[in-house]
This record gives sequence, C-alpha cells and structure tokens, in this order.
Amino acid sequence: MSYEELGLKVGLEIHRQLDTRHKLFCKCGTSPPAQENPRLKIVRYLRETQSELGEVDQAARFESKRMRRIVYEYDPASACLVELDEEPPHPINAEAVRIALTVALMIRARPVDEIHVMRKIVIDGSNTSGFQRTCTIALGGEVVVDGQPIPIQTITLEEDAARIVRAEAEEVFYDLSRLGIPLIEVSTGPVLYTPAMAARAAEAIGRILRATRGVKRGLGTVRQDLNISIRGSGLMEVKGVQELELIPRVIEYETRRLKHLRDLVERLRERCVRPEAVEAQPIVDLTDAFRESGSRVIRRKISEGGVVLGVRLPGFAGLLRGEGDVRLGRELSEYAKAWGGVEGIFHSDELPGYGIGEDEVGETRRLLGAGDSDAFVLVAGREARAREALEAVRMRAAQACTHIPDETRAALPDGTTVYMRPRPGSARMYPETDIPPFRVSPELLAEIERNLPPPLEKVAEELVKRFRLSNQLAWELIDTEMVEEFERVVGLGVAPSVVASLLTEGLKQLKREGHKIENISPNHIYDYFRLVSLGVTAKESALQVLAEIARDPSLTAEQAVDRLGLRAPPIEEVNSFIEELVSSVPPGERKSATGRLMGELMRRYRGRVDGGLLNKLLMERLRAQ
Amino acid sequence: MERWEGYSGFLLEMIRATGAEIGDEVVVERPDGSRFRGLLMFKGELSAENVLVLKLSNGYNIGVAVDPSCRIERVAAGRRPAFTHPPPPPQKSGLPRVKVIGTGGTIASRVDYRTGAVRPAISSEDLVSLVPELSELALIDAEVLFSLYSEDLTVREWEAIAERVKRVIEEGFDGVVLTHGTDTMHYTAAALSFTLQNPPVPIVLVGSQRSSDRPSSDAAFNLMGAVWVAARAPFGEVVVAMHAWHSDEAVAVHRGTRVVKMHTSSRDAFKSVNATPLALLSGGSLKMLDSYYHARGGDGFAYAPGFSDRAALVKFYPGMGPEVLEYLNERGFRGVVLEGTGLGHVARSWIPVIKRLTESGFFVGMTSQCRFGRVNMRVYNTGRDLLNAGVVELDDMLAEVALVKLMWALRRTSSLEELAKLMLTPVAREVGARVLPQGVGGV
Repeated sequence: MSYEELGLKVGLEIHRQLDTRHKLFCKCGTSPPAQENPRLKIVRYLRETQSELGEVDQAARFESKRMRRIVYEYDPASACLVELDEEPPHPINAEAVRIALTVALMIRARPVDEIHVMRKIVIDGSNTSGFQRTCTIALGGEVVVDGQPIPIQTITLEEDAARIVRAEAEEVFYDLSRLGIPLIEVSTGPVLYTPAMAARAAEAIGRILRATRGVKRGLGTVRQDLNISIRGSGLMEVKGVQELELIPRVIEYETRRLKHLRDLVERLRERCVRPEAVEAQPIVDLTDAFRESGSRVIRRKISEGGVVLGVRLPGFAGLLRGEGDVRLGRELSEYAKAWGGVEGIFHSDELPGYGIGEDEVGETRRLLGAGDSDAFVLVAGREARAREALEAVRMRAAQACTHIPDETRAALPDGTTVYMRPRPGSARMYPETDIPPFRVSPELLAEIERNLPPPLEKVAEELVKRFRLSNQLAWELIDTEMVEEFERVVGLGVAPSVVASLLTEGLKQLKREGHKIENISPNHIYDYFRLVSLGVTAKESALQVLAEIARDPSLTAEQAVDRLGLRAPPIEEVNSFIEELVSSVPPGERKSATGRLMGELMRRYRGRVDGGLLNKLLMERLRAQ
Repeated sequence: MERWEGYSGFLLEMIRATGAEIGDEVVVERPDGSRFRGLLMFKGELSAENVLVLKLSNGYNIGVAVDPSCRIERVAAGRRPAFTHPPPPPQKSGLPRVKVIGTGGTIASRVDYRTGAVRPAISSEDLVSLVPELSELALIDAEVLFSLYSEDLTVREWEAIAERVKRVIEEGFDGVVLTHGTDTMHYTAAALSFTLQNPPVPIVLVGSQRSSDRPSSDAAFNLMGAVWVAARAPFGEVVVAMHAWHSDEAVAVHRGTRVVKMHTSSRDAFKSVNATPLALLSGGSLKMLDSYYHARGGDGFAYAPGFSDRAALVKFYPGMGPEVLEYLNERGFRGVVLEGTGLGHVARSWIPVIKRLTESGFFVGMTSQCRFGRVNMRVYNTGRDLLNAGVVELDDMLAEVALVKLMWALRRTSSLEELAKLMLTPVAREVGARVLPQGVGGV
C-alpha cells in the first residue's frame, strides 16, 4: 500500500541548541566547564499542581502516578541557583532571541510583537521547576524543498531540559549542565506525506539554522521530533531522533506499526470483541500456580516476595504475535513497562516458551477462564507494580478494539520507537509570571533584517570561488558544519583542498574505521595544521595524529605527534641523508634513479616531512652536481 | 487611568466595543492583512499598552501590537475553567488534632489558570486535597485569619494572631500551624514567642519560597513537616519549620527568637543564628539538636499580649550622623535598637546625642550588624563611652528580635531602668545563650 493510500501525514519539530554566551534565563555559560569540579547532589520531588487537577490530563496523570525521587547531580560550574530552582529566572537572553528572530526573518515568518514566556508542565524531573519555559517567537513562513514550499507553523525558543543519567523504578538521576541552554524549535504542520520528503524538509530547516552561525554543533545539539499519523490513527509524537538519516527509517517503522494496529482494529471488530468486555476482565493472582515454574525469572520474582498476576484478553488469540517487528504484544509490553515500571510481560502467543511449559499454560488458561480464542498476559513482580502494569495492558488492549491512541514515543537508534507516555494536552501551559514580556520592536527587526547571514547556497558559491573547491566538496564541507574551522586553518597558509578533504573524507574514514571522532575538537584540528604550517610535522601524518587524539582526547596535537614519533627531523639530517643516497648511485645513473631515490626518502620520512619538500630537496641536490 | 485585566487606553476601548471578556475567542486583523486568532488573555503590568495578549490553540500566549486601524472581533465565548479538586483522601482516625491558621503567603494557594493569579486555599478540604499526605499525619482543622503579604503585617496583626492562637490552645488542639509569608516570618515568630510564653503545644510557623502553583514548590514538604512537628514534637515552643537545605529531605525547626531569613529566594533561607536549630525532621523522625526545651504539656503557659509600634531599628553606616535618633524622638518614638558595627559601636559623634536622649527617658539598645556573635562594649573606648552615655548592650540577641522585644517591653514598663532589665531577662531563650562556633551542632 502506498503512503498516499495509507494517508500518512508527518509534521517536524526541529530542535537545535543555540551557541549563546549565556543560558536562556541565567548567566551560566552554555559550554562545558574548562575543568571538572566535584559534583553536588540535591534531591527533590515534584507534584502535580492544582491548576492541572481539574483537568483529566493523561500525561500528567501518568507522571503523578509514579512520584519518583529525583536526584540532581551536577557540576557547580555549569549550573547556578536558577537551574536549582532556588532563584527566579532572569529576563530572557536577548542574544538567543536575536538568533531566533534571524531564523524567523530568513524563512519569512511573522515575528510576534511581544514575546510571552510560558510554563509547560513537565514533572518527570527533567526540569527542576516542574515546567519547561518556552515562548513563541514567530508564526508562519516557509522553507523551499525541491522547488516546493513547505509551510512552517511556529518558531519557538525554549530552555533545554536536564540530561537524564539513569532511571530506576523509584529514583531518577539527572545532570543539570544542559538545563537552560537555549533551544530553538522550528515546527511544520502535518504537511509532509512521504518519509523522503520529511527527511528533505528536515535537512532544509537544518541548513537554515546552521546558516545563522548561531547554533551549536555536534552530538546531542540537534533533536528532531516527528508527529506521525496515518488515516484513522491517533497522533504519534516521536521524540529524540538525533540523526537526519534516521528520519525516513522511523517514519517507515511507524507507518508499518500503525498500519498493523489499524488492521488489528478491523480484525477485532470482525471477531466482535468489545472494549467493555476487555475492561471488565479481572486481574487474577496466579502466584501459587507458578511456584514451581520452569521460568527462572518467575521463580526469582516470587522468591523476592513478588507475585504473578494475569489477565485474560477475550478474543485476542493469535493477534499478539504480529508481523516482524510490529506486534501488539510489544505494544502491551511497552505499556506495562512505562506505567508499572516492570521488566516485561509474558503473553500467550509466545507460550509455551521462556521456560514456561505446556502444563503451566494450561493451568493459567484454566484459572483465567481463557478459551482457545482468548489470549492472556502475565506479569511477575512486586504486587503494586505488577497490578499497575496489567491495568495498563488491559487499557491498551481495550483501546485496540476501537482506535489507536495518541502517544508520546521515543526514537531508538535502530529506527524503531518505544512508548513513553500519553500525549499531553495544551492545558499544560500557563504564563511564566516571573519573566517580563520581551518587546520585538520594528527597529530591532529592521536591524536584524539588514544583517541577515547569507544562505548556505551563497556560502557554497563563495567556497567554490574563493578556495577553488569543487561544488561537491564545498557542500560536503558545509554538511560537516566546519566551514569556520576550514577558513581558520586555510588562513595558516595550508592548501584549501588538503584541509577540506581532511575535514570531509578524512574524518569520515576515521569514523568508518571505528575511531571516536567526536573526541577530536576543532582546536585539535587547528593546532595540528599549525604544526604542519610550521614544518613541525608533515600533512601526511594527519589521519594518524587525529586517530591518536580520538583515542586519547586529553592529548594536544603536538603531544600526539611526538607520541607517534612524527616530528620532522632537522633539515640538516634530511640533507645529509639525501647526500648519502645520491652518493651511493654512480653519477651517470642518477637521473634514471630519481624515482627510486624519492621512494627511499618517502619510506624514511613519510608523515614527518612534507613530500613536496623532499622532492624539492632531492631535485636541488641532483641539479647541483 | 482605568485598567481592566491589564488593559487601558484606546485598546481597552476597542476591547469593550467588541463585548469580549477574558477567555473569549477573538480575531485581530491588521491593515497589512495579518490575522491572529486566539483567546483574549489577562496581561501583566510589564506588557506594553498597545499589545493584546492572545492564547493560541497550542496553548502559547503571544503579544500582538494593535493600533486603532486594526479590527478586533469577538468570535466565540470562552469556556470558563472549572476547578474540581479531587476528593480528599479518607482521614486516618485516632490522630492528633492540628489547627492550621492561614495568614497569607503562597504556601497554601490555588492558581487561577485563566489569569495566573494566586488565591489562598480556604478550607481544610482544600488543604488536604492539595497535600493528601496531611490526612495521615493529623486531623486537620484549617481556617484563614487573614490573607496579607508579610511585608504588610504590623504589630496589630501580631496581636490578632497571638490572640487567635491562644484561643486555639484553649480549645485543646494538639498543635498549631501558622502559614505565613516568609519575608517577615521571623518577626512574627519572635512576637509570638514573647506573647505566648511556655505554650503547652508546639506553635509552628511555616512558609514557602516557591509558590504552591509550581510542581517544585517547597510548600507541601514544609507544610507536612510543620504539621508533623505540631502533631508530635515533644516540645511546647514557638518555632519556624522550613527546608534545612536545597533538597526535599529535611526540615529544620528553628526557635522563634533565634531565626532569621538569610536568603532572598533559596529554600533554605531560614537559619538559626547564635544557636543551633532546635530540631531536625528527616525521614519521618525528629532529631532534637538542643536537649533543653520547654516540654509539650509543661507548666508556665503565660499570655502577655500587646506591642507598641513606637520602637525602631536603625542600622549604622560609616559617616552616618545621629540626627535619625533626634528625629525618631521628636516623632514620638520611645526607643531604638541600633545595629552597630563589630562588637557594638557607632561613631563618637553620636555620644552626646545619645546621652541627652537617654537622660530624657529614650531607650537605646545595641546589637551588631555582624549578624553572628555577641556584642561587647567594654573592649574599646567608644564602647565604654557609649555605655556611659546610657546605651544598653543587648548581648547575643538578634537585631530583629531585640526590636520586637522592645516593642513588647514598651507596653510593660516606661521606666528606662526596668526596660533595660526586661530586655536582658530571657523570656523565650532570646538572650544570654552560650555561643558556639557557627555550624557546630547545627545542620
């Protein structure tokens, strides 16, 4: 079935950290501290506020059901009392507003006249305040993809959340350094109809953001959320797609998954399974039947004081196992994990198995009153959690009879997704009264308009013209997001093509070979080429030196050169070796031996002395005789 | 100029002409063809006069500049938000009875989601549905005495609070919790300490540094701590219960005469000075840090009401002249507590003025702006001369506490000699303690 027939609709939310001096609402810096300091630890709890209590907000209910101890561990150099929620926020960072307005004007969006900061309730602990501060900067605008205009809905500016370190059932750990870094979000409506188109639109938006030269680069600075639906499905908000290449894969997976779930609604209808019948199923304690279970996991859970609970899913037999990587069983398991904090479920479509034998299955069916047309789900664990988990399973199974619910999901690195929580409503927003509105004056807009950065197309043209790069190499360089580094290094007098190919092909090759190229900083690269320009080492050593730095990023470029023994010898030593070589060949044969002599020189000095220089010295010596 | 929900001038007239109320859906059309649709919102004092605040369908508010050439149209009536608190949890029986009296502050309040305004929670049911854990700790009986910003409180409110607490004690409650704005909570704590001496039950003042409209508010944690102390603590004293540190892990219980607010915004703003906190509540158990206290149910309850507002607190700075004392005297003030430098000094130029004033019956007491430590005016010449001029050195008393005590004492005697004696006689452990190195024995 084609995407068009399925009614696929995708909206993008492209998030990117801004490279401002300060965070959005305080004076902390946005880069990691120069040196690590002893970390501090504070403990907090968040609770639902009464403004929300009147409303049945699924997402809020979900979080408040699991009031966890939240532990913030942080380096005091990267967070102040504002991030600790111990000091009111400062007025919004004007530098960040300016970058966001620049983006707005570049895509012909309409800036608001006064920026009003809102609080968006988020009580999973990722914001110490229990809300994320966010504001709309501009409405409308468009980006052009393959000649086709893609309308933009909003441009917002928000504070980045704390980074989750690890989550346990009763406790969740966060690092505060990222909290408060300005994050721009550019959103399209649900106007993209194929995975390829979504990827191209994301790329186009990304290029505009980068053209401002005001955004951060590298791992973790970009996050793409996808809003995906097919005809008849709820809306899936898939969070945290880090790489552009993953966008089409996530959409393909989601489409497959939603189609399967949509087909299931049909099949359950055909089987006349009613949601009320599912909701009415009791959750039954089966612990006694599993005390001698063949499953080690279940025996362990029981010996730890846990229970085994089960629920019958009437009319569901055979529908949980699904097709390939999309299965209702996986959906139910994700709900159980998210709501109940359990490790997983067992369901009848995969049993007997996992050590659970035929007789245990039979006994379970008998105790649950499950016939051949029914399925069942088991959960082993602490009673309260197991019960919450099965209640969520039962709820999701009942929904499966009629519709596909709205969900917030997380993207996984393999291109699949996993259920996180229900989607929040718009009722989770209220005004941030601690921050004054920011007036966007016509004078400010005129000034930004006059200084708009060139679009990347212009940058590419410029690279071709000024540095004689090929058009393809120019774009590859732009895609590495290292144009500034390139220009700095070329300023040292190194050949542009050498620098460009190292930053593109060279780094790619290192990555392919498994080196952690994220360890190589722009300063490493600059310092390395400075050594080359001073003749301390030869450009042929580039890959070896950078690979060494990737292994041990605490090294300076010079230390890496020395560790690898790639420091150039004194010129006298080179000359005397040339002398030795040339003297070993009878004068008459020297001309024909040039190639062989050059080969010997390279063998001895490759990566230490520039090949061009060796050639020049050799030729001088040959001419001199 | 007339203001309505933050709007004024021509924009207010334009809104009036449409008949729109806050929360109604409106459309703004500008001559350049741009069009905005959203709910009309209340706006704050800092928004520009020509800006209309709209809530978009995604929940975001934006400001739209409007001039008389624009068109505003009301397109639909707003939905009035209805607050329905979840029912309070079942009350556990057989628990101590605790009275919770509201005096202001944002510790127990609900937010008007429409306007962002904060209103106090009024009933016991409200309170328990906001903080359901309370029903496990005590049988709560809540009332609002008044709802004032703490900077607006005067000696009259201290008297009203004390009077109410006295009757609550007589009604047989097992403890009293006062919710209070934090800015002047330590003054009220001192005032209650002098008025309600040796009470038979704990009288616990509590507040919050993050208002209760936020998920991260310290209100619930502090309130649970305060109710715990009121219900179960072994002492009968006036105390302040607030976060001990930045974490939601421990509540420090400070003596009402030994506590000050030391930080503008942090949860752990309240600190005991020249004393260790009385106790620390953590993990559901109370650790007494001072073993000398007036026991719950102990003897000696005395009610000594009344404050004079004819006393002032004056902080000395280099180069400051003594005219302020003469001014206060002329305006009918009867005494002053000085926050002097170091061990308790003011400029030598003050000495003749002080001598003249004290001889006329005006009280001058000395505390230190150093915050920590005891005054001692016999170490240097200036100090000795100030003593000779009639200054009373107020030992280790905190400046704010000394002021409150002077206000209280002025209603008890008019003789300067008796005032001096009363000021230095401990009433509620406010003076004459051993002072240990800062942080020793504390939290």
